[in-house]
Amino acid sequence: MGRKTLIPIGPYHPLQEEPELFKLYCDGEIVKDIQWVTGYNHRSIEKLSESKTYEQVFFLVERICGICSTSHPFAFANAVEEIAGVEITDRAKYIRSVIAELERIHSHLLWVGLAGHFLGYNTVFMWAWKYREPVLDLFEMITGNRNSYAMFKVGGVRRDIEGSKISEIRKVLDVVKKKTDLLTGAVMDDPVIHARTKGVGVLSKQDVIDFGAVGPTARASGLAIDVRMDDPYAAYPLVNWKVITATAGDVFAKAEVRLLEMYESISIIEQCLKGIEKEKEGEITVKVNEIPPGIGHGRAEAPRGEVFHFVMSDGSNCPARHKIRAPSYVNIATFKKSCIGQTIADATITLAGVDPCYCCTERMAVACDSGTGEVILNGRELIERSVLRTGELKSTLKERT
Amino acid sequence: MAANLFYFLIFPGLLFAGITGAFLSWFDRKITARVQFRKGPPLLQPFYDFFKLLLVKETILPKKGSPVLFLLAPVFSVFGATMAGVFILLPLFNIASGFRGDLIVIFYLLTIPSFSYIMGALASGNPLAAVGGSREMKLILSYELTFLLVIAGIIMKAGQQFDLYSIIGTQQQGGAFIGSISGILLFIAALFCIQAKLALVPFDMPEAEAEITEGIYIEYSGAAYAMIKLAKHIMLFILPAFLAALLLGGFRTEGINILWSILKIVGTVLLLTLLRNTNPRIKIRQAMSFFLIWMNLIAIAAIVLIVFGY
Repeated sequence: MGRKTLIPIGPYHPLQEEPELFKLYCDGEIVKDIQWVTGYNHRSIEKLSESKTYEQVFFLVERICGICSTSHPFAFANAVEEIAGVEITDRAKYIRSVIAELERIHSHLLWVGLAGHFLGYNTVFMWAWKYREPVLDLFEMITGNRNSYAMFKVGGVRRDIEGSKISEIRKVLDVVKKKTDLLTGAVMDDPVIHARTKGVGVLSKQDVIDFGAVGPTARASGLAIDVRMDDPYAAYPLVNWKVITATAGDVFAKAEVRLLEMYESISIIEQCLKGIEKEKEGEITVKVNEIPPGIGHGRAEAPRGEVFHFVMSDGSNCPARHKIRAPSYVNIATFKKSCIGQTIADATITLAGVDPCYCCTERMAVACDSGTGEVILNGRELIERSVLRTGELKSTLKERT
Repeated sequence: MAANLFYFLIFPGLLFAGITGAFLSWFDRKITARVQFRKGPPLLQPFYDFFKLLLVKETILPKKGSPVLFLLAPVFSVFGATMAGVFILLPLFNIASGFRGDLIVIFYLLTIPSFSYIMGALASGNPLAAVGGSREMKLILSYELTFLLVIAGIIMKAGQQFDLYSIIGTQQQGGAFIGSISGILLFIAALFCIQAKLALVPFDMPEAEAEITEGIYIEYSGAAYAMIKLAKHIMLFILPAFLAALLLGGFRTEGINILWSILKIVGTVLLLTLLRNTNPRIKIRQAMSFFLIWMNLIAIAAIVLIVFGY
């Protein structure tokens, strides 16, 4: 073990727009070890959720992540509807799936752009984000918002997709499809992109299973895991589609999976639009009077992987317990496997390759004994320690000055 | 002495090369913006940037490392770039004939900015700058041999003449060197060398924004960074000018020919800009094998062709 240089990526770094810290321990350009620190942006969503009514929680969980702002309400709706035992109308199911798939398209386009930027290919960055704009405009037309759509409620959706909007959605989808063709061609056939991403940050199928990775990260390694297929919800069992997988497990395979998934999403939306046209107008909600005591599990496939919400109800109008598990939380653990042994240039694109989302990932820390699981320090005690430590630091600073 | 000072400070040195380079960097940014569906900066943006850094912004010194070396490095880079500019531009503008062997001097002077960036980066004591510095070193090791081979090819093509003035003279009588197969090969190799010397994508790994946050320049701010910007602007002008002198037949400044001369520079910068906007950044190892194997092969092939008279 020679001397290692610490290359910090974060807490403020152009690679990631969110605050997080990756410590790359490097020997020359080779990454020998990696550690990460999150917790710069903890917002205590789960606790807040316990003080809000079920209708209000939708607006709260929507703000966990700005990019997958449908996935969290989707999973929460699935969980609450499981407790209440409601079956929503087919029209609402189709509308929910349309929104979720549009979100997948814009999220994957966003990732393609960012990946281009991280490779220094700013033209791809600007082009992908330009082509993402029509999708956001579509969201504004359907829901009134470019982001954080506020479409979901217990028992259905808030806004309908009427006939006039359907033709507009089809028009925009045609444009998006053409632009996706162009981007896919530009990325898939560029020899320099191949040179930069093939064989970089490889995760084998076994690694993915070991780390419990989900979403495109897992599918790029040949593990066909997709909540939409494995535990069908909303309109996904009603339409024809397939799970996209690749086998290489490198960054290029992840890009390939995401680009091809966009075509699947477009196909799902088209089928859902046909479904909406068949259904009766106006039947978008089922009235839910109260949430009985019980527990519910909600799963939804976010663009980054499985989002899981656990909701416990005590019969009141607020959740008694609400637990959220976001996909990036498990996906970033794979860096331990994929980044070590790579050069810094490869490690950075590998970090970006799982499309990490840190605001979903923030957790509260509790120190516990690894053998017995007994809690040594809880959150409050850790905060007290932190306050104490800050005080000590301040006093030493005063002494120095 | 006064004439030399004038050459160095005003024309064709610091002031002229700096201003022309700033306009070229605006052109580069504008073309980049148009390629990316953006609007692009106004014409004077490079000057606003430069004077803001020079006059308004505070120069922050790194706590660790050597402040003297850290601050001297940008000055050296401007000095090296300007000196190289004077030696390239004087024969180009037909002002003085230079001296025998000035090609070799220009070759050395053109490496000074890169070496001063490395020096400044290592003097800053920042680990990211150290990574950037080591990358710049590897980059220099890879492209310098190709660049030297290109210059050797030109010298052979011009009939064993070692000074820029007679090389330009040969081309103005017998046609630009680019008009032959070997000339085209040399132009390709030289263009990639210039791309690497300017540290533009795909060879921008010393500053790689998304990896090591501008690497070698990370600790620079204020006036020191303004000097680096100035050196970069000068390099953006004199390297295409050097290419124009070596392969494109130099400048003519009388009448309509002046437009043709400007087109040579702007066209080269346009090529560099398009190259940087249609490629991702490659890895340092790939850059090394690109230059040490492929570009050297091209340059050697060109030299072999020159021997056989193509």
